[in-house]
Amino acid sequence: MLKSIFTFLAASVLLVSTANAETVKLALIDPLSGAMAGAGQPALSHMQFEAERLNAKGGLNGNKIEIVGYDNKVNPQESLVQLQKAIDDGVRYIVQGNGSSVASALISAVDKHNRRNPGKEVLFLNYAAVDPAFTNERCTFWHFRFDANADMKMNAITSWMADRKDIKKVYLINQDYSFGHAVSEAAREMLKEKRPDIEVVGNDFHPLGKVKDFTPYVSKIKASGADAVITGNWGQDITLLVKAAADYGLQAPFLTYYGASSGVVTQTGDKGVDRIYQINEYYGDFDDPEMAKRQVAMYKEKGWDFYYLRLSTMMEMLKKATDQAKSIDPVKVAFTLEDLSMDTPTGEVTMRKSDHQIQLPLFMSVMKGDMKYGAEGTDYNFHKIAEISREDVSLPTTCEMRRPKQ
Amino acid sequence: MLEVIIFSLLNGILYGLLLFMLSSGLTLIFSMMGVLNFAHASFYMLGAYFAYSLGMHIGFWPSLILAPILVAVVGALVERFGLRRVHVNGHVAELLFTFGLAYVIDEVVRLIWGTVPVAYMAPASLQQPLFNLFGVEYSMFRGVAMLIAILMFVALWFLLKKTRVGMMIRAALTHGEMVGHLGHNVPRLFMCVFGFGCALAGLAGVIGGPLLTTEPGMAATLGPIVFVVVVVGGMGSLPGAFYASLLIGLLQTFFVAIDASIGDILNGIGMNVDPYGEVTGITLANLAPMTPFILLVLILIFRPRGLMGELEP
Amino acid sequence: MNDLTAVAPRQSRFSWRGLAPWVISLVVLMVIPLLVSSGTAFTLLNLIAINIVFALSYNMLLGQGGMLSFGHAVFFGLGSYAAMHVMNLIDDASYAGEGFWAHFPVLGLPLVGMLAGGLAALIVGWPFCRRAGTAFAMITLGLGELAAAAGQMFPSVFGGEAGVVSNRMVGPQWFGLELAQSADVYWFMAFWLFVAVLGMWAFTRTPLGRLSNAVRDNAERLQFIGYQPRNVRFMVFIASGAFGGLAGAMAAVNFEIITPESLGLVPSGLALLMAAVGGLGVFYGPIVGAIVVTLMNSLLSDYTDASILYVGLIFLAIVMFAPRGLGGGIEQVRVAWRDGELARRLPGWLSGAVAVLLFAAGLTVLVELLFQWRHGQDELAQVLGMNFDPRLPWGWLAMVVFFAAGVLVKRATNKLREDNA
Repeated sequence: MLKSIFTFLAASVLLVSTANAETVKLALIDPLSGAMAGAGQPALSHMQFEAERLNAKGGLNGNKIEIVGYDNKVNPQESLVQLQKAIDDGVRYIVQGNGSSVASALISAVDKHNRRNPGKEVLFLNYAAVDPAFTNERCTFWHFRFDANADMKMNAITSWMADRKDIKKVYLINQDYSFGHAVSEAAREMLKEKRPDIEVVGNDFHPLGKVKDFTPYVSKIKASGADAVITGNWGQDITLLVKAAADYGLQAPFLTYYGASSGVVTQTGDKGVDRIYQINEYYGDFDDPEMAKRQVAMYKEKGWDFYYLRLSTMMEMLKKATDQAKSIDPVKVAFTLEDLSMDTPTGEVTMRKSDHQIQLPLFMSVMKGDMKYGAEGTDYNFHKIAEISREDVSLPTTCEMRRPKQ
Repeated sequence: MLEVIIFSLLNGILYGLLLFMLSSGLTLIFSMMGVLNFAHASFYMLGAYFAYSLGMHIGFWPSLILAPILVAVVGALVERFGLRRVHVNGHVAELLFTFGLAYVIDEVVRLIWGTVPVAYMAPASLQQPLFNLFGVEYSMFRGVAMLIAILMFVALWFLLKKTRVGMMIRAALTHGEMVGHLGHNVPRLFMCVFGFGCALAGLAGVIGGPLLTTEPGMAATLGPIVFVVVVVGGMGSLPGAFYASLLIGLLQTFFVAIDASIGDILNGIGMNVDPYGEVTGITLANLAPMTPFILLVLILIFRPRGLMGELEP
Repeated sequence: MNDLTAVAPRQSRFSWRGLAPWVISLVVLMVIPLLVSSGTAFTLLNLIAINIVFALSYNMLLGQGGMLSFGHAVFFGLGSYAAMHVMNLIDDASYAGEGFWAHFPVLGLPLVGMLAGGLAALIVGWPFCRRAGTAFAMITLGLGELAAAAGQMFPSVFGGEAGVVSNRMVGPQWFGLELAQSADVYWFMAFWLFVAVLGMWAFTRTPLGRLSNAVRDNAERLQFIGYQPRNVRFMVFIASGAFGGLAGAMAAVNFEIITPESLGLVPSGLALLMAAVGGLGVFYGPIVGAIVVTLMNSLLSDYTDASILYVGLIFLAIVMFAPRGLGGGIEQVRVAWRDGELARRLPGWLSGAVAVLLFAAGLTVLVELLFQWRHGQDELAQVLGMNFDPRLPWGWLAMVVFFAAGVLVKRATNKLREDNA
């Protein structure tokens, strides 16, 4: 009797494991509950949406994609616990984006794991952590970044500003932590190079997520006579900043990294129109009809906007790499993925071999009302005003990649 | 320079008044029940969300009245069925209860209204500029918010000093047992005061919601600052809370406007340091949002009873 | 909540009975690795070990000293940073092959953390310890906020947002402990867990530990008999900071990364949560609390999107209905067992537990239904393997049934519990 139960159990375990062999799990380690869930949930929905589409087209080298969410509450240490859980669940592809602190923890943990467990390597696909260090001095073979890093985005913003001779005075306001400082520093350096005539009339830092009332900062900006404001703020800090500026009648455009992140459009409404500019790989009034269809379908099915084009790019590139390598083994896929190029609706993108940083064109867009496809259920969205070519975005790297033996 | 001073003054006062709307309720509750209500800012958040949901159906002005009343009901229920139960276990248990309550209210708000901010806006009629000074607009809503805050302050003063209920509350504050012996229902009075304090926080939420943003994190960021106000003003002192609110509002706003760094100041008094170093490069503007906490620590070390408090906490 | 520890122990004479819990826990610690093998299990065990030390060190303040702190993570974080920087020193010195640090084993890092935590408490603590109660709570709140802000402002020490990273596989290896896998790290954690818990338990037996209970219960009387409450609080504060730092150093070795947010209010709140859920009045309460809360934090989110809400509700329920916490409950059962009253009391307790479970089930259905109703994507609320559609009445009905059953069971068995009292 006992023996039969045991064989039954063993058989069912076997059954489960063979079933697993036909799916490739992608683990999203991001905040899925708590204060920052608004940043992680749309990414999870987006990946599920794309997985359904790609599975219909054959999945990864014939294997079905399964998206598994692991909640890390944006805490680096909790992320490592979730990473271990994912690895034990048989996940070989880790996806993460929110928070450079988490990305930093994952990069070093994945690197150590792969060195200590040969044959069980894991890849880390980063879709939004933008600290330039990850593809420079801290680059590893196991990390791939599908988003432009902070310096590349600034390169794009300043390239765009190079032709805007009406901008003479610029105000920098950023969050007081490493990312905010990196944005401010990059802005000052690149402006000096591309537009030496521009005067930086202010360079403010405020604590991350602590400021409730931005009006004092706005009155300072107003008093400085700035023609444009550059900010890397995200989350509440961008919403509150723009709202305060609108209340004040400050007309200067806000050149932002994350002006379209979820909640901003809803919160600012009319006040954001013609005021919030964003540099991104995506914009709201997408001209490609196929993309527009997906955009509408995604909002209808998942309740979140099609914001992370780079997640689609990431998954399509992964599909191309697995199909080309005829394998889903992470090491083989990694060797195919580096130096892989692909056509996307916004142009050709390449995963640069030397540092695993994607090379892609970026777009400057501005918030407008009465758009055909509105964001967050409103009729506001971001309208493309300029494309910055791949060459103008790209930056050299200091990465000295150490590769495993093939 | 003049415009910076004028607008910093206006903004500082408005922010200070908003803080006072929150801290007055907290002070009332504290002086009556001896409980520092950790969930007070959560009631502020509830006020904003109630006003947002109600406002979609009945408009801004009715919800300005109705939302605080709803918050008061929630607060009274919390007191009746939660706090009163915990009361027998002492002050630490009460503090823990309100701490847990803040946690739960935050999560329930996320559950019901979602994690992203909601579109709670001032009515269109109030979005026009009130006046225009040095080319800077000051929106009507800010003016109205300031007016409501001042009206509330006057009403509160009138209620406490000039009415029978106010007399009872003041008596219960200092001589709770005596009031009970005189035949008044002290537990019910407690419940009402708790509800009333929450209603004040709710009112602050109705105004603060459109002014700042209505999102699930709004309680967690403002909560600690309200404690600072209450402690700096002197625990249990309403005038103290008023002055501390304005002080912190103005201090924060003016510090933002000052770009002098620690290095500049040190250099000014004759020391020779690098004005761009990691420590010396910190400007007063960087420190502005931290000033309440610096003030808190300094006050507790050097004048533990606060600005106007009679007793040490 | 104090009556359990306030019971004066008989003269601390050596007894086999008193040694039993330690021997048992030692055996448990040795046996666990034979039973589990998955990396996740070890990772969770290591995390639990860290949190146990953290929660116990917090309870030195709150449970034993009566000081409610909202800034305990500052010492945890500073201990962690100190250990991390020393780990990097060891790394550098090992490359060079010389210097003091080249001979310092990673195994000894918790001592560094302890030193850092204690030192930090020594430097800031004196003005804090004048009063307990609200003033202490507020000043530690300020300390927590300031430390968290400073952590972001000084990247050369705290590493900015990305934090400080290191590698634990450096320096001399002791006892052949390579520390490569989480299973190796387990032995490190088990050792330090045992040492730290023993140390903190021993602390409660020292005159200072006794005085800290006295200062909690009645500071004035303590003053009358000639002790300065402030001095006592200060020394407890330092000891608690030191053990907090020790927990931080354990975390540094476990995660090999530390970021400024570990100084902030969220981890401080976690310590409070663990201690209070486990019970402040019993020495082993925070241990129970740390195990429960850690598991809930890391595993519950796999099953529901409202995991934080459940943790909050459990905390609230414990504060309201079981102020002695889970540890207090265990202690009650143990005392009843010792007095031979367990058989008489058990029916009342078990029926009470059934009522609580029914309420919990009803609440879970309610939360999940609400969640699906507001942001449903799979549209069905899943509770205990059952699927409920929020648009149909069945789920709501089930909730009402659960609640009603809970009330009925409670009413019907009230008598059983009254007899006990």
